[in-house]
Amino acid sequence: MTESVKVWSLHLGVLALVFAAQYVLPPYHATNLARIMVLAVFAMGYNIAFGYTGLLSLGHALFFAAGFYGMGLPIGLLDWAPVPALILGLIAGGVLAGLVGVLALRTAGVSFMIVTLMFAQAGYLTLLYLNTWTGGDEGFVVDRAARVIAGNDLSLDGTRFVAAFGLFAAAMVGCLWLVRSPFGRVMVAMRENEERSRMLGYDPFRIKLIALVLSGIYAGAAGAAYGLLFGYVGASFATIQYSILPMLYVLLGGAGTVLGPFLGAVLMFYLVDITSGYTDAYLFVVGAALVGLVLFAPRGILGNLRERFAPWLP
Amino acid sequence: MAAVIEAQGLTRHFGGLRAVDGVDFRLEQGEIHGLIGPNGAGKTTFVSLLSGRTTAQSGRILLNGEDITHLPAYTRVRRGIAYTFQITSVYPRLTVFDNIALAAQSRGAADLAPRVRAVLHRVGLDQDERTLAGALSYGHQRLLELGMGLALEPLVLILDEPTQGLAAGEIAGFSALIRSLVPKMTILLIEHNMDVVMELADRITVLAAGQVLAVGTSDEIRRNRAVQDAYLGVDHAVG
Repeated sequence: MTESVKVWSLHLGVLALVFAAQYVLPPYHATNLARIMVLAVFAMGYNIAFGYTGLLSLGHALFFAAGFYGMGLPIGLLDWAPVPALILGLIAGGVLAGLVGVLALRTAGVSFMIVTLMFAQAGYLTLLYLNTWTGGDEGFVVDRAARVIAGNDLSLDGTRFVAAFGLFAAAMVGCLWLVRSPFGRVMVAMRENEERSRMLGYDPFRIKLIALVLSGIYAGAAGAAYGLLFGYVGASFATIQYSILPMLYVLLGGAGTVLGPFLGAVLMFYLVDITSGYTDAYLFVVGAALVGLVLFAPRGILGNLRERFAPWLP
Repeated sequence: MAAVIEAQGLTRHFGGLRAVDGVDFRLEQGEIHGLIGPNGAGKTTFVSLLSGRTTAQSGRILLNGEDITHLPAYTRVRRGIAYTFQITSVYPRLTVFDNIALAAQSRGAADLAPRVRAVLHRVGLDQDERTLAGALSYGHQRLLELGMGLALEPLVLILDEPTQGLAAGEIAGFSALIRSLVPKMTILLIEHNMDVVMELADRITVLAAGQVLAVGTSDEIRRNRAVQDAYLGVDHAVG
């Protein structure tokens, strides 16, 4: 079996299992899985910037929220149809990532982290300031009538799952293709040694900006889909918490692996879901899990697996 | 002969240190040109100016007659000036194949795998395609570094102390490989090992204190009194 066949069978196999899960899981968990898939798309985008290109951003909530409002505002204020609104949400994520990138990519490392965080906070405060249109803290509900695409009502569990899966599958196939392409190799080269890459004829600024825009498009698509599928748009999605979440998913599942963000999202989601049933201090458990991770598996679950058993894992 | 690279009055000072001080230099098409000089003579700064890793304060650099003084380093690489690092600078966590591929695809992604394998064959790393570069021996990492330079298919290959740290047997192989690259490529060789320079170089430029002390064939350089003084640090009493 060639490496290519092995890689594609694994990833398509995972997609098939996830799709089949809707027929097995009870409705509560099926809805959770739909939510996890959308969050995993966000994390896959984060992984393109952080895991593959080495850009440690703390501002991805901004691109995620851009998806929510890029989709929600045209529907709420201008009565747009859902499909163009979704596309606008995706574009909004990419455009904002490009704008932030042009400025923030003059810095690197910790400075980059702080500058992106600053932009995201500015974005959050802007959403609160413009509460006449954005609804501020309270946000707004996306009209149920606007959540129907070609007769399929996205507020129904079954359609919602299929829609979330469609986005998730497209995002995963896109990500797998990207990281196995020549451009994906250059992204990794930037992460590993920027100066060497420059002396191989690559413009670090350009490569990192493209990676960040792709990352922003993923985040925007996830935000737009989340808002449409679950019918709510609010400024809470622009808070720092939503910049940290995808980072946790990626670190847990394995930075720089295609399946890592999804695995991390599933585990973290249920870690919070289960522990919050027992205690209000569920974030303490999450923190403990992360400390354990950093101590015993700093490359994340799939990162460790790749290091020991499966060097071919993309 | 035509000059591939020509530098005119190239200058770079660091504070009070005149690292490169008004250097005129011609690199002729198809030659192996040695660049030597005592420690601190400005050799590495000079080639950093040529490759664009450092910007010049004054002077001009021409590549085939075209002014490239203000182009960024990555553009110069694409125009055909490749630089191999003095301190081995490969991607240790990537495979040997990926290391070469990164250089090769900088020239375009068509036929990537066969082009990568041709380079691997040329530097003798055919068997190590799937090995992580960090797991290679030091000598093989130097070969990989050279392979990355070759995969860029440059007009000019700048080799910064390529034989440093290599065993005698490895040096012989390295020299043969470098000689096989001309006249298609032009080589600028910075080297401390005088035997290697004298044997390989068609012409040699000697730098001292940021200025050109002498240019000539290896015999001319060997006989040059100023060069002897610069290296020995004393005036020769008898002549």
